[in-house]
Amino acid sequence: MPFKSSPQKFNASIKTVEIGTGDKKIALGGENVLPFYSFDGSAENLKKVGIEILDTGLETFSPELAEFYGNETEIAAIAKKAAQAEGADFLCLRFEGADPNGLDRPVEECVAIASAVCDAIDIPLVIYGSKNGEKDIALFGAIAEALQGKNALFMSANEENYKTLAASVGLAYGQKLSAESAVDINLAKQLNVLIGQVGVAPESIVMNVGAATAGYGFEYVASTMQRTIMAALQQNDVMIQMPIITPVSSETWYVKESVAAEADVPEWGSANERGIMNEIATAAACLAAGSHAVILRHPTSVKAVSNLIQALA
Amino acid sequence: MALTGIQIFKVTPKTNCKDCGSPTCMAFAMKVAQGAVELEKCPHLSPDVIAELSDATAPPMKTIKAGESDQYSLGGETVLERHEKTFVSKPLFALSVCNAASDEHNNSVFETANEVDYLRIGERMFVEFIYVNYVDGKGEDRYLDLVTKAVGTGKDIILSVRDAAVAEKALEIAKAKKPMLVGANASNYEAMNALASANGIVLGVGGADLNELHDTVEKLEKLGNKNLILDVGFASAAQAFRNSVEIRRAAIKGEDRPFGYPSLVNIERLAPGDEYLQTAFASLFILKYGSILVMESMSYAQALPLFALRQNIYTDPQKPMRVEPGIYPLNGADENAVVAITVDFALSYFVISGELERSGVPVNLVIPDAGGYSVLTSWAAGKFSAGSIASFFEEFGIADKIKSRRLVLPGKVAVLKGELEDKLPDWEIIVGPNEAMQAVKFFKEL
Repeated sequence: MPFKSSPQKFNASIKTVEIGTGDKKIALGGENVLPFYSFDGSAENLKKVGIEILDTGLETFSPELAEFYGNETEIAAIAKKAAQAEGADFLCLRFEGADPNGLDRPVEECVAIASAVCDAIDIPLVIYGSKNGEKDIALFGAIAEALQGKNALFMSANEENYKTLAASVGLAYGQKLSAESAVDINLAKQLNVLIGQVGVAPESIVMNVGAATAGYGFEYVASTMQRTIMAALQQNDVMIQMPIITPVSSETWYVKESVAAEADVPEWGSANERGIMNEIATAAACLAAGSHAVILRHPTSVKAVSNLIQALA
Repeated sequence: MALTGIQIFKVTPKTNCKDCGSPTCMAFAMKVAQGAVELEKCPHLSPDVIAELSDATAPPMKTIKAGESDQYSLGGETVLERHEKTFVSKPLFALSVCNAASDEHNNSVFETANEVDYLRIGERMFVEFIYVNYVDGKGEDRYLDLVTKAVGTGKDIILSVRDAAVAEKALEIAKAKKPMLVGANASNYEAMNALASANGIVLGVGGADLNELHDTVEKLEKLGNKNLILDVGFASAAQAFRNSVEIRRAAIKGEDRPFGYPSLVNIERLAPGDEYLQTAFASLFILKYGSILVMESMSYAQALPLFALRQNIYTDPQKPMRVEPGIYPLNGADENAVVAITVDFALSYFVISGELERSGVPVNLVIPDAGGYSVLTSWAAGKFSAGSIASFFEEFGIADKIKSRRLVLPGKVAVLKGELEDKLPDWEIIVGPNEAMQAVKFFKEL
């Protein structure tokens, strides 16, 4: 008896959100099938990989990672190199130095950095904040104004600062906004609704539903993503049909498995290799669970995860 | 199609005799329908009825036992996503050697096969199998030599060979290990089935496409063999992924019995020579239905995230992951190092121990039995109280094992300070930070 395939057809689809402009702009989402199930229907836009650089330059990067960037010290030159990494669909500029509890870099300096990076690259730009909700209000407002017309994505608005950010980033300057929630489908939906109430169109919102390194409570992240995709497709819940973007590198490069020096755990081998594998394994799992885009740091990981996406296309 | 409780109730004696352990026949029938108890528990059903119904009440996917002493379970899944209920049989890993591969590769597998072996939250992590692949015309003796060496590693064995004559010789060498025999297909299934059945081992089946695979499985089942695993193939990654999904989906949702078996994914062949891409594929197939994942290599760099991911995905969502109660010395802490306490919820432990390690300060982290919940939840449930902490200190003889008399409490349960000072009068109770991320600063300044 032959096998009877029964494709899982959904009458709803994920919304398409475009980031960037020109030839290299990217589109996230748009599909009406489960992650990578292109055999069921239309997978539409391929999942995307972003490469991350920090406003603080290469200081906090491992020597092996810094090597890729050679002797570059100017942020624009670093950005340019990053954008040329094989498989990089977009660039994520993270303002680690803007954190008031850290370097507390003034907003004007950050704007100059963002503009310099934006001018240096031809792929879409994602601006990642300082992790301080208050600071991000001022930071994102100013950068969104300076980058008008570039269609950048700002990560992220949370339940504390969404009102101001939706009004400035989303409405006043027409950029894209990411809504960040803590591994809970109900919170994710609620924040989408709230941002929508300010007047931002669903096509201008993406979600960061939470991230974790494989082994560090990743089961919650995976299940949240899978439930989100199911709610979007199966129940046609329009308030949760936004594509998902997941910052992977900012989790994976800080756990013991990536950080521990080889001298302390010789059997584990090179710390750089561990960091790369951790980033690849976590990113692939995020994409399989429902992420439409992942943000990575090491060019080797960017290439491998991009290869995974191409191989399943 | 699964039977409803009512349908099962109809065949019970309806005497409510309680011999099955359930209070009524109806309750028993409902439990059988849910798969919670087996039909055989009722001693009053005739064998004919049991035979007739057990097919219909059988789980959608068979559980296949593998390994030298049947120590591994594969399959037996009832859902497609873990949050629907839980996954039950974690995927197992195999390292590939082949008579067409270089000596250098094969020897390195044999030498390093046992290198990765460690504990993570009570689970031993290691590569379970050596996958010994035979390629026609690349030397039979060379292959049999690989089988001998594979047995020598002590690992469990998967023989991948399509030539029944070679398979028979390989089995002569490896049969004491109860290897799996992978390589049955539309043209050789009868001979392969005879070998597998005679040796009482699992048979792996493949096919040019899903139709051929389905057809061959049906023929094998007709021959009485229901001890199978399904090879998803490696024509392309996209095809292997599709097959893996289609097979599992047909089994769970379509109640397609011939596809109700565990699967084998040869990841090595999907990305030969590229350990990065193989790691990405392994991650994908851990989430999407691989039961046995064949890899070219498994360094610690690959193992740490992949085994951790597997452990996460295969935990029961209804049962939080727990760490063993006890003393966990961090950063080379000795008996004089300060003591910090948290709950046995694995996530709490991982987050706080990671931060404490980052601080570089020697700390004795102690973990009592707190029901496996987060700090506030276990406190609210009364499982992380001054009383329970004090009795844990007594049971584990903390005061004898540690000389320091300073105890740091999670900031969220600062309320316990007073009561703890009464119950542990020798100790200085210090209220720690609310969030793990503040721990580095706190312990450095302590």
